[in-house]
Amino acid sequence: MNFVRSHILVCTGTGCSSSNSPKIIEAFERELKAQGMDQEARVVKTGCFGLCAMGPVVLIYPEGAFYTHVTPDDVPEIVSEHIVKGRIVQRLLHKEGENAEKVTSLSDTRFYKNQYRIALRNCGVINPESIDEYIGTGGYEALGRALTEQTPQQVIDAILASGLRGRGGAGFPTGRKWQMTHDAVSPDGVKFVCCNADEGDPGAFMDRSVLEGDPHSVIEAMTIAGYAIGAHQGYIYVRAEYPIAVHRLQVAIDQAREYGLLGKNIFETGFDFDLELRLGAGAFVCGEETALMTSIEGKRGEPHPRPPFPANKGLFQRPTLLNNVETYANITWILNNGPDKFAAIGTKGSTGTKVFALGGKITNTGLVEIPMGTTLRTVIEDIGGGCPNGKKFKAAQTGGPSGGCIPASLIDTPMDYDSLGAIGSMMGSGGLIVMDEDNCMVDIAKFFLEFIIDESCGKCSPCRIGTKRLYDLLTKITEGNGTLEDITTIEELCEHIKQSALCGLGQTAPNPVLSTLHHFRDEYIAHVVEKRCPAGVCKNLLHFVIDPGKCKGCTLCAKNCPAGAIMGAVKAPHVIDPNKCIKCGACMDNCRFGAISKH
Amino acid sequence: MKSLEELRAIREKMQKQIDIRENSADDIRVVVGMATCGIAAGARPVLTAFLEEVAKRELKNVTVTQTGCIGVCRLEPIAEVYVPGEEKVTYVKLTPEKVPRIVAEHLVNHNPVTEYTIGAAE
Repeated sequence: MNFVRSHILVCTGTGCSSSNSPKIIEAFERELKAQGMDQEARVVKTGCFGLCAMGPVVLIYPEGAFYTHVTPDDVPEIVSEHIVKGRIVQRLLHKEGENAEKVTSLSDTRFYKNQYRIALRNCGVINPESIDEYIGTGGYEALGRALTEQTPQQVIDAILASGLRGRGGAGFPTGRKWQMTHDAVSPDGVKFVCCNADEGDPGAFMDRSVLEGDPHSVIEAMTIAGYAIGAHQGYIYVRAEYPIAVHRLQVAIDQAREYGLLGKNIFETGFDFDLELRLGAGAFVCGEETALMTSIEGKRGEPHPRPPFPANKGLFQRPTLLNNVETYANITWILNNGPDKFAAIGTKGSTGTKVFALGGKITNTGLVEIPMGTTLRTVIEDIGGGCPNGKKFKAAQTGGPSGGCIPASLIDTPMDYDSLGAIGSMMGSGGLIVMDEDNCMVDIAKFFLEFIIDESCGKCSPCRIGTKRLYDLLTKITEGNGTLEDITTIEELCEHIKQSALCGLGQTAPNPVLSTLHHFRDEYIAHVVEKRCPAGVCKNLLHFVIDPGKCKGCTLCAKNCPAGAIMGAVKAPHVIDPNKCIKCGACMDNCRFGAISKH
Repeated sequence: MKSLEELRAIREKMQKQIDIRENSADDIRVVVGMATCGIAAGARPVLTAFLEEVAKRELKNVTVTQTGCIGVCRLEPIAEVYVPGEEKVTYVKLTPEKVPRIVAEHLVNHNPVTEYTIGAAE
């Protein structure tokens, strides 16, 4: 063991796993043995590094060489060049942009330079299936000290002082939630700690990566929470669609039990705490806190009105503390480094960092953690590397189907709870979907509504019927049949749904429509009045036209048209029959003279 | 887990193993030439001896790594020691027996072992 001089870290998060990282690990183990290096180099499976767009990624220490897009066929070369001869394989090194210099070290990349990793501190650093490695980074120290040296109130005071706010989206102060649950009286003394790992926003995968890369940080924080509020049983409600996260959580819980860090008499202090997993069956509404707890109780996952709040009457009618995965992932860092250090990061009203899942039209698709108050411009242009293919950034959607969009004109908005709320968007759980000039905002609003209609539980009519009617009105507009009155009706209907829906899912469902209407009203007007889709997305409003001056009559477009809509003689300008055209764009893609345009 | 001491014992043991994953700029680097010429001249036992000695003394901030041929094959096995802020020192014609002295005098006490260096051999 002492002879190990090199660690080969291979990402085994969901992203890299689906692009073959298990095969890479096999190849490394086979190759190291074949070249007699298996005593000197060790292969370590880690969680997500964040740069999912570049996967599968491999990081080799002590050099810190960061290899991207690795295939199993590259492995023999990496072993014989890098491990045996100490020569870094230049062609596989990560490079930023086509002409940029190759970057050897991870911390030098623009992607990482602007990040500050607290919740993701161990992701891509340790093996998530080894409790020893977690302890090696200082794990379970916070729990040990809390149990042996601090009172529950002291723990709560530290969380209060840190200013930590819920990372699930709403931003409720975590310390206050802990205090309320601590103060609540249970008829039989039973209280519960729950973790919301039912991450359902389209394009969001922050919680998944924490659970896959550092499950013990959540387990340790939940145990500390149990001590702070006086609970002895916890539940983690995790999506069944996250098989790797479920597996690693179970492995981690088993290891913690084996070490006596879960179970009876932890650290010989007489404190008992245990954890169980509950798998969600794929309903978006179960991420809403009252529906989540109803589901844990074994009933149909439907929300109910608050109050009573979970802090007083939650799971099985007992006081219950429910926090999100990322919130828990911050807890031990705060206790180990002190609340003041945490409060010094970020802004006054939003302390610490926030993890965002970057997706959509962005070069560096992946996971980033930034201090609160970092501007959207830094996230999109520096960390994210801008929109691919030189397209212009148009808007970013935060908060998924409950959130709103931030237009390019507000790109210098700081990312914190209050600034985002002030411009009609929200922090949300951390999904950040980037849109470029080719995205139609009416179509985007329709996409999120479609998701809500699918996921509405149907208990209350504003959400069940209202969102469907809203969708019908948007469809009317995208098909070119909308009127200006329809826009007024949409706005009225949105207000009604916001005010009368039962739970957060319904109350926030109109947000994407309202915020796109607010920032991109001219686009709606163009659809209605000019019967035109400025981004060229809505098919019914598109017209493909051949410029007779540029057309050489090569017949290529006519040959590729699946509908037979293009006519014309060889070497004479061609014409598209708008009645036959299905607007697939095949002609435009195939024209070598740029003679075809869409309007 | 019975006590914090027990937890800290595990941590210390593990820290040594995962320390390698923090590549800090103030690490001392020992680079052993491991091209064909180096290996033929016996660089592998030298490399292992460095690893063993560093582990035995529980030295932090020392990385032992390898490199290709630097061109003076007749003087292999060669190792170069980079101490931040000091001049690079090149040791030649090494044997596993010479390694403990280099580790003790150079890596720990910052006094290069002049008689093993390339300057002394030429």
